[in-house]
Amino acid sequence: MFKALADAIAAADAAGTTLAHVALDAEARDSGRTVDDIRRSLARALAVMRGAIAQGETGDLRSASGLVGGDAAKLRTGPAGPLAGTVFRDVLTRALAVQEVNAAMGVIVAAPTAGGAGVLPAVLTGLADRHAIPDDRVVDALATAGLIGAVVAERASLSGAEGGCQAETGAAAGMAAGAAVEMLGGTPRQAGHATALAQQGTLGLVCDPLGGLVELPCVFRNATGSAIALAAIEMALAGVEFAIPVDEVIDVMGEIGKAMDVRYRETAGGGLAATPTGRRLAKERLVQIKRG
Amino acid sequence: MVSILDIIGPVMVGPSSSHTAGACRLGLLARGLVGGTPTRAVLELHGSFARTGEGHGTDKALVGGLMGFRPDDERLRDALDIMEREALDYRFEKTTLGEDADTHPNTVRITLERGDRHAVMQGSSLGAGRILVTRIDGFPVEVTGNLHTIVLVAEDLKGSVARIAQLLADNDLNIATLRLTRKERGGDAFMVIEIDDVPGESVRDAVRALPWVRWAYRLDKVGP
Repeated sequence: MFKALADAIAAADAAGTTLAHVALDAEARDSGRTVDDIRRSLARALAVMRGAIAQGETGDLRSASGLVGGDAAKLRTGPAGPLAGTVFRDVLTRALAVQEVNAAMGVIVAAPTAGGAGVLPAVLTGLADRHAIPDDRVVDALATAGLIGAVVAERASLSGAEGGCQAETGAAAGMAAGAAVEMLGGTPRQAGHATALAQQGTLGLVCDPLGGLVELPCVFRNATGSAIALAAIEMALAGVEFAIPVDEVIDVMGEIGKAMDVRYRETAGGGLAATPTGRRLAKERLVQIKRG
Repeated sequence: MVSILDIIGPVMVGPSSSHTAGACRLGLLARGLVGGTPTRAVLELHGSFARTGEGHGTDKALVGGLMGFRPDDERLRDALDIMEREALDYRFEKTTLGEDADTHPNTVRITLERGDRHAVMQGSSLGAGRILVTRIDGFPVEVTGNLHTIVLVAEDLKGSVARIAQLLADNDLNIATLRLTRKERGGDAFMVIEIDDVPGESVRDAVRALPWVRWAYRLDKVGP
């Protein structure tokens, strides 16, 4: 697999093809599997993603602690805001839906992680459904997203315990932005800028879940992460370019993660988890879980 | 090397790849040590597994794994109820397994029993669903569950590796990795063999039948 997005973009440009194709070819080389076989695995992931969205949008789900649940349904049927009827609201709804399913021990695709699993399906399927894009092109987009995530894993981290939430929902936003730009007809170069624009918007984001549970704020971070991805997609497709190369943005995300105090890396020792209300809620709910 | 299918995956029951999917895989590997669903088990939880495990369904995932459910099996959510219905005697304890610096925060030690078979396994969930078994019956090992694995303890004899390799080759099995360790010269040798294809129970039995093999386990692949 590629270790720099710049290399993948150069390879795609040289061959006059997409990042999805160079990613699938590289994966086939690395794994010894055929491109068709890899695409079947990605198609299964897409089916699970769509299933989680459907379940979360309509289901009455509650997490183990009861801290989260029911908000995707509010966005789907609740009062209109300024974004009512737009793809933006639809994407937010889907992101909450997947993450509520995750918190309720439903089936999701960890992409790149369980805690950041809402962003990629929300952005890709939300935009694909709006633009009537067929599933085989969404599968291509998942390959592009996988390539971007692999580069982030190689150069930085995809773990909240190592790099904070910038490495989970931040990386997911970068993956979703680059993949969606290509899915919507953007060039590999534009996809790279979309990833950089999304990732820069999440630099420094801490991982501070109440009680250490993948619930609050994780569910909402997936929605706001999706919003950042949509902003990056819109800018990149309009021709906006980010002056710092995408690989350097990813590198600096890793450096910031290393410098982050351990309180902000999934330990529930800082951030929202350590607010007076955060501590009180975590204590109450953990007692409740133990009582069953 | 990172695969795009590691990034877009695994398909799993939430909420946490380390606390849920990884825990399930540890349970799955452990059940291999007694050749099926254990009737009794004591699960000692360490570190973050002990502190936030219940909220992450770590208990359900471990029990589900012991019963043979995979990380994407929705029955994991009801694993504790199913355990009670099946009258399985599983017990959880919170403990400290060594100093924090030496022991990964997501670690469990499982003591299990099925019929006349007993085993003790200690393993950790490393993140993103990856696991590492570090001890089996007190012996230090490194088993990832990414491939089918045979674990054995044997007398430290010349040619033992060659004999095992031949036995596997005769059964059309290809060795991916082999690690041989021993505590001292002439002491027991400990072998962890990862295999590309599925070794049958008969292969394990053939290994066990070797007079200089003290015991052998066959562990199924539980990785992605």
